[in-house]
Amino acid sequence: MALTREQVENIAHLARLELESGEIPQFQQSLSRIVDFIGELERADTAGVAPMAHPLPGLAQRLRPDAVTERDEHELYQRNAPQVAAGLYLVPKVIE
Amino acid sequence: MIHRQTLTQLAADLRARKVSSVELVRTFLARIEASQPALNAFVSITAEQALAAAEAADQRLAGGGGGALEGVPIGHKDLFCTAGVRTSCGSRMLANFVSPYDATVVARLKAAGAVMLGKLNMDEFAMGSSNETSHFGPVRNPWNTALVPGGSSGGSAAAVAARLLPAATATDTGGSIRQPAAFCGITGIKPTYGRVSRHGMIAFASSLDQGGVLAASAEDAARVLREMAGFDPRDSTSVDRPVPDYLAGLGAPLQGVRIGVLKEFFDTGLDPQYERCVREALAVFERLGARLREVSLPNIPLSVPVYYVVAPAECSSNLARYDGVRFGHRCRDPRDLQDLYKRSRSEGFGAEVKRRIMTGTYVLSAGYYDAYYLKAQRVRRLITADFERAFGEVDLLMGPTTPTAAFALGAKTADPITMYLNDIYTISANLAGLPAMSVPCGFTAGLPVGLQIIGPHFAEQALLQAAHRYQLETDWHQRIPEQYA
Repeated sequence: MALTREQVENIAHLARLELESGEIPQFQQSLSRIVDFIGELERADTAGVAPMAHPLPGLAQRLRPDAVTERDEHELYQRNAPQVAAGLYLVPKVIE
Repeated sequence: MIHRQTLTQLAADLRARKVSSVELVRTFLARIEASQPALNAFVSITAEQALAAAEAADQRLAGGGGGALEGVPIGHKDLFCTAGVRTSCGSRMLANFVSPYDATVVARLKAAGAVMLGKLNMDEFAMGSSNETSHFGPVRNPWNTALVPGGSSGGSAAAVAARLLPAATATDTGGSIRQPAAFCGITGIKPTYGRVSRHGMIAFASSLDQGGVLAASAEDAARVLREMAGFDPRDSTSVDRPVPDYLAGLGAPLQGVRIGVLKEFFDTGLDPQYERCVREALAVFERLGARLREVSLPNIPLSVPVYYVVAPAECSSNLARYDGVRFGHRCRDPRDLQDLYKRSRSEGFGAEVKRRIMTGTYVLSAGYYDAYYLKAQRVRRLITADFERAFGEVDLLMGPTTPTAAFALGAKTADPITMYLNDIYTISANLAGLPAMSVPCGFTAGLPVGLQIIGPHFAEQALLQAAHRYQLETDWHQRIPEQYA
């Protein structure tokens, strides 16, 4: 199945990616190849087969007590932040 | 020569004070520096910290103390977080990211006394099979620098193959430990899903990712894995189950072990010379007393398409965290929040990562979720059921690790599917969460060939045992590229 330019632009938008106009044809081509390739799955008979999300059978999600186990290290963590002021992450103005 | 010693021997010599950790660290650092222009195996070399850690290790050894790997030099794939050291994941997105904490694997190996010499190059966010997608340039294969080392753990594999390190950590989502192990002629083990903590291991596809080891032999790999494995409350998918002593019983005989020869892995895509080496290896196991029989897993050919739905879907969710706000690359002068997200991500990620994110976004989007994502999860169960049936009849499965030996740089970059099919024999073990190894078993046209061994869940010990017995009979794992011998 060939993906249209509009479809690729829409997928990019959903993924919060901005493609340059020149790279769109390449992604259009390679993503179409991938969609065809994964389309092979259609042939598999999966009637009555439950989806498998976890590779270990019968492993339930573990819960832990709701207790504080970590220290407040926000200063350390914010050393990697592009822009911080007064312990807050800065982003462009969202509300006018 | 120090660099030709096994990790096992080095650990013993350190303990016996025949060699100091500082001496080892200097020797390997010199080899690393000398190799960089040709191989580019390292993203960061942490010489100063390594020498300080080596001195501390020597002091502990002098006092008769220290852990099982005290003073032994190692390297970490650059997707394991290392406190105070850049952790780039091979991406521009994290090119300046200095981790505030150690991954559990890093902390455990540190506690065992291992000394980190640096961070190893890799495909960007572990997405690739050739190490050509790294922001820091490709790694080259020490057997022939015109060829790729495999990926995504290409730096780890090249470094061990060229004896720049006795062992290195690595991760495997669809073959990223085993395929480079095969291409570089070394031993690699991907443990059972949940056996090694993923805490601090930068996520690609959370239901498939698993940390493991690349080393020169099964015995060395066992020695490192023993320190890495085990329950970690910080990883909710870590399995709370005792870790057996992987070294104990390594020499146990293979008499009566039932080996299934994986029929579907000997398909038309397999290079005939590669196949000959694998068949010869199987004959060695038979001579050692194992019983061989052919086993068919009919749904295995669907592994690659299942993987290219499941892995990109999980990748698109995991990589949503890179938004230019809390850490990672941020674009200049964003107009608004949307522009900040979009340009930071587009500048920070390379083409292959973008392709996987978009594939994942597509298969998870409204209208396609059932047709692709749920369908792939159903087929994943069929593949897993094939393995369960097989392990009712045999103890281990064997076959080739890859369809061919290492290929040339640039040979498979034009078409993503050609590159993806390179992992055709390795992906199924990840889908089913099974432990799997690659062991050197010969050469084709001067290039290493890998034998793959797959076991039931938590059968690491049986895998290591089989590999070790084989390595007592053969010397393929001792071959070193001439230039690095």
